[in-house]
Amino acid sequence: MTALLGISGLTAHYGDFQALFGVDLTLDEGQTVAIIGANGAGKTTLLRAITGVAKVTAGTVTLAGEDITRLPAPDILTRGIAMVPEGRRLFPSLTVEENLMIGAHARQGNGHWTLDRVQTLFPILKDRRYSPGTALSGGQQQMVAIGRALMSNPRVLLCDELSLGLAPVVIKEIYAAFPRIKASGTSIIVVEQDISQALRVADQVHCMMEGRITLSGRPDELSRAAIHDAYFGVSHA
Amino acid sequence: MIGIDTLAQGLLLGGLYALFAAGLSLVFGIMRLVNLAHGDLIILGAYLILTITTATGLHPFLAVFLAAPVMFGFGWLLQTHLLNRVLGPDILPPLLVTFGLSVVIQNALLEGYTADSQKLSAGPIEAQAMDLGVVTLGVMPVLTFLSAVAVIFLLNQLFYRTALGRAFRATSDDAVTAQLMGIRPERVFAMATGIALVVATIAALYLGTRSNFDPSIGPARLLYAFEAVIIGGLGSLWGTLAGGVVIGMAQAVGASINPEWQILSGHIAFVVVLLLRPRGLFPRAND
Repeated sequence: MTALLGISGLTAHYGDFQALFGVDLTLDEGQTVAIIGANGAGKTTLLRAITGVAKVTAGTVTLAGEDITRLPAPDILTRGIAMVPEGRRLFPSLTVEENLMIGAHARQGNGHWTLDRVQTLFPILKDRRYSPGTALSGGQQQMVAIGRALMSNPRVLLCDELSLGLAPVVIKEIYAAFPRIKASGTSIIVVEQDISQALRVADQVHCMMEGRITLSGRPDELSRAAIHDAYFGVSHA
Repeated sequence: MIGIDTLAQGLLLGGLYALFAAGLSLVFGIMRLVNLAHGDLIILGAYLILTITTATGLHPFLAVFLAAPVMFGFGWLLQTHLLNRVLGPDILPPLLVTFGLSVVIQNALLEGYTADSQKLSAGPIEAQAMDLGVVTLGVMPVLTFLSAVAVIFLLNQLFYRTALGRAFRATSDDAVTAQLMGIRPERVFAMATGIALVVATIAALYLGTRSNFDPSIGPARLLYAFEAVIIGGLGSLWGTLAGGVVIGMAQAVGASINPEWQILSGHIAFVVVLLLRPRGLFPRAND
């Protein structure tokens, strides 16, 4: 069976600096994959390479068998991959509702996620719909960023560091939305530094270090020690 | 003493300067591009209207409806084939390119139309006036001001009430993240420049019907436009109207004291506003 998202030998550079070294990864329909790793491990670069923002220098990215490597970012979105970027990156001159609506800018046809459904998923976004997006708390901004990505009705949702800078109770509230997102038919890749959170939501976990995947497996297969070693690059020889 | 008449004439003159500036403000607001050829593009628009009126016998107010789509297309092509190539973190390349474009337009117009002054003839309306008792207003200046208000209002509606306006603002905020929303910044920029040149064509209509023009006067229009944009606050459309009015009023007041002071007074007002409010009268909150 063809994976929904297939990544093979993906290599990416920032100028002369190589950030990814032949990364292989698959995401199946309905699956949630977590990518964990320390700062600078290449997690964000991987998501940026998938979405066409970072330059891919080798390897392929396929979506349902179609090669989408090196397509411009807007074309990748219209094919069904949306991203919640690190730091939310809301548009300051847009209200909360406009930030959500801009997510549907390139949407073709109908889909599960509408403004009403996103506002049902995160009710606070309806109450604050006329506020500037950046006037909200960090957690609420994260909800806007997720809702904005959902508005394109993606087949694959890429979430970059959802928990960054948020209180545990807020992180819990945000991840509580994942089952409903998955139920809508969206598969998810979540990049996290919060290992516990990643293990709770993921069907499959990959640990990255220095641009390479150093450990992969189901959460229940991986021991804490193995994850710790892969995360920090410690070897118990 | 400065009379109501002087202030009224200044207000209406501000409408013309706001029309000069609106396109510049739009382009700067969206792509942070200072188009040094903006004044010459206005003059190009005036010559285009002149050519249409000469060829077809149409009144300039009708010819502008033919000229505007042509200028929109020209703006689109200019952005996609030239300006998009030089936009980036370094502000120098677009400045140099638009400066070069200014020279090219001036020389092309000289070749095509000679250096002779031209004027668009709007007929009897040019000399008509409205007597409001305390003040008498020329019909053309009033039309110019009303057009400026209408243009700024429509641009604001476009900006804040349409999907295209959302895309304009999002791209202006963060072009990389905008691409993740399916927005193609290069197309947004092309649309913005196209619309800016439509506004420049409207400005050209009033410039050409109210005064003589020749290929060399573009840079001075750019200066007034630039001052209006800066006074109003970069990227603020209503601020641009206010900026135009400030310059117009300053010029009218200066001229009422001494006719030689007209132009200088506008520039002094610009410097004073810059000293008192360096970000302009109505800066955008996130600039």
